[in-house]
Amino acid sequence: MTRILFFGRTRDAAGCGEMDCEIPAAIESVADLRAWIASRDPELGAVIAARDIRVAADQCICANEGASIRGASEIAFMPPLSGG
Amino acid sequence: MIRTLITPDPFSPEAAMQALSSERDGEAGALASFVGYCRTASPNGVVNQLELDHYPGFTEREVSRLAHSVAARHHLLDLIVIHRIGVILANDPIVLVAALSSHRAEAFAAVTEMMDYLKTDAPFWKRETGPHGARWIEPTAADYARRAEHSK
Repeated sequence: MTRILFFGRTRDAAGCGEMDCEIPAAIESVADLRAWIASRDPELGAVIAARDIRVAADQCICANEGASIRGASEIAFMPPLSGG
Repeated sequence: MIRTLITPDPFSPEAAMQALSSERDGEAGALASFVGYCRTASPNGVVNQLELDHYPGFTEREVSRLAHSVAARHHLLDLIVIHRIGVILANDPIVLVAALSSHRAEAFAAVTEMMDYLKTDAPFWKRETGPHGARWIEPTAADYARRAEHSK
């Protein structure tokens, strides 16, 4: 089971801050994950497809779309960071 | 000493500054600070409140990492970073950065740099709510340009 976290505008699109999912074994990369979510929820998929939405696996920001998310227990979708 | 606090509770920047000032030792000749407040108006109109989303665990770690890096680069004696999360009412403080150093140049530079990092590199997401509804606030091109100055 993987916990998927949604922050900022992705939380609005998901309708919740987190959800637990069984991610199929074939979903290996960040790009696979975006496509898999879009296949289940096209509206959410359109929001998280934006290039400025970064993905973190187990609290490490994935460097690119090919980065592996396999085995991660927590995955986060992070819009541009905005503190201060 | 470097202290970072991510808190859902209102805080007093003045009390934190006073505590820092009273702990000064003989080397500390400069104290610079910045306080960011929730505005009551923005370019989008009246602001009733801000909501600061954060990533529990990750946010605390990243803010601490950035603070340690800034403190080391500017040879600070002390650095305090306090950042609110959750619902922040208009007029309330959102963030305090206060730096204690031997001389003013390091203290000013450290506060500016820490704020620039908080704007673009710390895991917070900010939503503004007013009579017109709510909207997420994201860094501007100017924020990214200021941040890029520190990578040189």
